[in-house]
Amino acid sequence: MVPVEYYIILSAILFSIGVAGVVFRRNPLVIFMSIELMLNAANLAIVAFSSVLNSFSGQIFVFFVIAVAAAEVAVGLALIVEIFKTKHTIDVDQLNSMKG
Amino acid sequence: MTLSYTEFEVIGPYALLTIWACILLLIDLFIPRGQKWVTALLSAVGLAVTLGFTLTQVGLEREGFNKMVVVDGFSTFINALLLVSGLLGVALAYGYVKRMGLERGEYYTLLLFSVTGMMLMAQAADLIVVFLALELLSIPLYVLAAFNRPKTESEEAGLKYFLLGAFATGFVVYGTALVFGATGHTNLSSIVAYASTGTSGLLLTIGAALILVGFGFKVAAVPFHMWTPDVYQGAPSAVTAFMSSGAKIAGFAALLRVFSTAFPTLAAYMTDILWALAAVTMILGNFIAISQTNIKRLLAYSSIAHAGYILMAFVPYGNPEVRNVSIAAGLFYLVAYAVTNFGAWGVVIALEKAENKGLEIADYAGLGRKYPALAAAMTVFMLSLIGFPPTLGMVGKFYLFRAVLTGGYVWLAIIGVLTSLVSAYYYLRVVVTMYMKDGEPVTERETWLSITTGATAILTVVVSLAPQSLFSWAKDALLKLF
Repeated sequence: MVPVEYYIILSAILFSIGVAGVVFRRNPLVIFMSIELMLNAANLAIVAFSSVLNSFSGQIFVFFVIAVAAAEVAVGLALIVEIFKTKHTIDVDQLNSMKG
Repeated sequence: MTLSYTEFEVIGPYALLTIWACILLLIDLFIPRGQKWVTALLSAVGLAVTLGFTLTQVGLEREGFNKMVVVDGFSTFINALLLVSGLLGVALAYGYVKRMGLERGEYYTLLLFSVTGMMLMAQAADLIVVFLALELLSIPLYVLAAFNRPKTESEEAGLKYFLLGAFATGFVVYGTALVFGATGHTNLSSIVAYASTGTSGLLLTIGAALILVGFGFKVAAVPFHMWTPDVYQGAPSAVTAFMSSGAKIAGFAALLRVFSTAFPTLAAYMTDILWALAAVTMILGNFIAISQTNIKRLLAYSSIAHAGYILMAFVPYGNPEVRNVSIAAGLFYLVAYAVTNFGAWGVVIALEKAENKGLEIADYAGLGRKYPALAAAMTVFMLSLIGFPPTLGMVGKFYLFRAVLTGGYVWLAIIGVLTSLVSAYYYLRVVVTMYMKDGEPVTERETWLSITTGATAILTVVVSLAPQSLFSWAKDALLKLF
């Protein structure tokens, strides 16, 4: 069996990639994918921990996270589509109508 | 496991409002366009009935659903405050959405769903529920922020709020994962039982820190504040009024519940971090606000600065001697901020015109001569935000600084006082513009808007004259928390 530390290290790496993606990428879709990566990194960690701890509450938490992430996708993509219809671009650097 | 009525009593007000919001979503389909005041009225009725139900639960202490949710003095206090915020949010929106051409029924339903999320946040006793509540309150707010589509500013506000909000959620979820790994529990009381055995360590600390980062975003604390000015400026003003008060109350409620119940053993690390967060938030928020010319942006930075003041109250959370008074001071300040903030946004809404006109501070010139009552109300709100007597803001700051000094954080109190002095400059600039400069401002007269602004102004002054009962209610609310 693969030791739990490996899963946690992998999930930490995935989480860091996700954070870096949010900070450095300029396309909202890619930023959004990076956020999903962060959530899935957390899911991986939770599932690994709960299989070690023999606990079900962790597994259930993962279902909640997946369901809520789907709800977030619905709202997020709708917002991105709306912005594209108005501005014909979704680059976050172009979203600068407010200053101060 | 069987469910009994007593289980449902725990989530009674919350369940009532959720069901009401779902029904309203359906009823709204049958209400013709142009008659959406019915939806507004029905949502206000739902909030008022829920408020009544919540107030009957004062003194009730119970856990339910396998300790996933609790009802106690703290949750009742916060829920009552949130429901009042919801009512004020509906009152401010009522005329505004009509005037701005936003009168769609889902506005009120989304607002109700957001309030349910905030209420669940105050009642959550398990990190899973904290996460669910966080999303339930945030997702409707993302939509509401973008409600003025296809106006570019509003859509941008929605997308920015969404991206940063989802980013923050990622931190909360990963923090929860690590806490779960360190302790084997997601339940707050089980976490503390495990953590106090001293076998946890690095993993738990990192997890708690990540959760703090996530909530730092939600309450707009520096350095997690960069979304705030754009979102508050771009979102429709009525939404911003509700969001800046409601989301802050709920965020602080969760922060308080999670940290005081689950992580008191980490206080040694967390106190320093919270100290620094509070100090940086107060300094940066107030100093950047000085250069603002747009009133919505000014209030956004003011909101950041106030997050810093409220964070001050949490600094001594691990010190059993002062934490009760200190956190009660924080709760009191939340009430003071919510009331004042709604009032100030009410004045902003009264002066706002279509196409983002009437939002510069210069547009307030001459308000004192032409609309003395409105100008007087705005003066009260500005003084309260500074912390000048006789207003709620002053009493709130007095309690806060006193609690922080009792805790022995002299420098934090000094920073608080000095930044309040700095804030006087930009708040008073609004007052000076209203009374000393000539102009021809045009305001909108709407019954509910006037009532809200007037009532919050009167409350701000009157409650400050006899604040003791509110403060002792806040203190009693905390008794069972520790």
